[in-house]
Amino acid sequence: MMDRRLVFPLLILALILAVLVSLSLGRYPVGPGDIFRFASHELFGVGDGQGMDQLRTILLYIRAPRIVGAMLVGAALAVSGAVLQSIFINPLVSPRMIGILAGSSFGMSLGTVLGLSWVAVQSVSALFGIVAVLFSVMLARLYRGDRVLLLVLGGIISTELFNSLFFLMKYLADPYRQLQLITFWFMGGFSLADARTVFVLSVPITVGMAILLILSSYLNVLTMGDEEARSMGVNTTLLRTVFIIVAAVISSLTVAVCGMLGWVGLVIPHMGRMLVGPDNRVFLPVTIVMGAMYLLLVDDLSRILFDVEVPLGILTALVGVPVFALVLRNARKGWQ
Amino acid sequence: MTELLRVEDVHFTYASLPVLKGVSFSVEKGETVSLLGPNGSGKTTLLKILLGLLRPRSGGVFLDGAPVGSIAPKTLAKRVAYVPQVHRMAFAYRVKDVVLMGRTPHKPFFSRYSAEDREIAHQALERLSILHLGEKRYTEISGGERQLTLIARALAQGADALVMDEPANGLDYGNQVRLLEHIDDLSRDGYTFILSTHFPEHALWIADRAVLLKKGLIEAVGKPDEVMHAAAICGLYNTEIDILTVEGGFKTCIPRAIVRRMNAGRGLRVLTGTPYVESAWRPEDAPKRMVR
Repeated sequence: MMDRRLVFPLLILALILAVLVSLSLGRYPVGPGDIFRFASHELFGVGDGQGMDQLRTILLYIRAPRIVGAMLVGAALAVSGAVLQSIFINPLVSPRMIGILAGSSFGMSLGTVLGLSWVAVQSVSALFGIVAVLFSVMLARLYRGDRVLLLVLGGIISTELFNSLFFLMKYLADPYRQLQLITFWFMGGFSLADARTVFVLSVPITVGMAILLILSSYLNVLTMGDEEARSMGVNTTLLRTVFIIVAAVISSLTVAVCGMLGWVGLVIPHMGRMLVGPDNRVFLPVTIVMGAMYLLLVDDLSRILFDVEVPLGILTALVGVPVFALVLRNARKGWQ
Repeated sequence: MTELLRVEDVHFTYASLPVLKGVSFSVEKGETVSLLGPNGSGKTTLLKILLGLLRPRSGGVFLDGAPVGSIAPKTLAKRVAYVPQVHRMAFAYRVKDVVLMGRTPHKPFFSRYSAEDREIAHQALERLSILHLGEKRYTEISGGERQLTLIARALAQGADALVMDEPANGLDYGNQVRLLEHIDDLSRDGYTFILSTHFPEHALWIADRAVLLKKGLIEAVGKPDEVMHAAAICGLYNTEIDILTVEGGFKTCIPRAIVRRMNAGRGLRVLTGTPYVESAWRPEDAPKRMVR
């Protein structure tokens, strides 16, 4: 484990570097000098305006939304996975495993089929993300036994339920207008992420992450168990509900940007815990930065690896599986 | 002495099974009260009701005269703290962070722990002489050290009454003794303790008052010296015991069944250093004889 005070600044530095690298990557070569020239021109009006329009199009309108989107989604999935793992004291939980992503996928397809407005589709998606996680938790509560295992089973059942409802929606969708939209977006990826989507969704996701960070000390207390937490004057029912709903909402909203992305919400929390330990006051901000960086780098890979862009869902799994296998070796340290 | 807690005719039912059937006693400020009783006698339930974690079906618990149910959880937490049995913690928090959690009821809802909170947590660690454990992981320290950590957390919570559920459970003999020492030290500083225990000796040694609980009813309440005689303990646990008293009034229990086995049925023969024997099955026969 590294010194906790040192980790965060280092991660921020690495993230800034990753952003600069990502800005220069792509079909059209943009060097670090170009980025610097563009930034100083835009911010301080230094230098001549030669070639600036082209740079502005590439950097601001094409690459920046995609970079911001990737960071936003990575951060949201990672922190929501971290919160869910802490709150359920369960190392196997992630937003996808517990049914949230399936629920919000169904919500999105339902909204699309019903021809709702964009904002309404997002709301329905988030709503079904919440419904799906509550359904998993309720299923797990029905029976006595190993809590860790039962929640995983509840998540599998909930995921299957909403997956089949999702396919029902695909079946019902208008093949000319709606079906291809649903299908494309389900594969996952940022090629569909436009500036508007990213900008609008950045608000609720940022607010949600801020809430989780502000309440992080209570997350520690909640992991001590219900009775101990209550004996310390904590309203466990209220806080638990807030944590689960905020985690469900921010991870549901990522589905709108890039479809269903697994692994990020499972792998990054384990890596974060290995790096700084389980104290949520330090652990949550670290997972946010790590999640942002991870998805940004994986998205860079998907852009440059082959001539054709590889769907992100495939790459996150391909990168995530070996990483998780490595992490699993040490992941038990933070757990008892 | 002023009364701190009063338990008044508390009834509690768990899944239509009566657990407590009219329990009443009071706890004075600065007292150490020991709760004794066999498994399933309702000790843990009673402690949870004292902490406001469970609501009695009827009757009530009063803190300084106010019903515990009407006190805001945060306010109650600043007065009465819970020291659970040594447990396995899911996450390997640092010891000092575990103690810092005790400051939760004191901090404004949306703020972080202040420098003062950290200082108080530091003092709590110092008070229990476990400052050196501060940076260690809770999961890596011994059972005795964990128990002390949980007590330190209760001190950091600022409570003047500590409720402990079988604190000696899972501790080795040496750590049990050290735990009793710490409880006695804190008690001398004015802390009030309400603790359940499976060891009659522990009550005999450190308690100011013993509450004997059986099948949800109080069998006896009073000074351990007076109520914890051999027959009472025999009735409580359904096993015959002798109580030995050594000079200075220090007492200890010896189970009859074991003595009989070891001693070929001849009963307890005191060889050295045991001036007084109280026998379980014939308490009327137990004269106050001193063997020198």
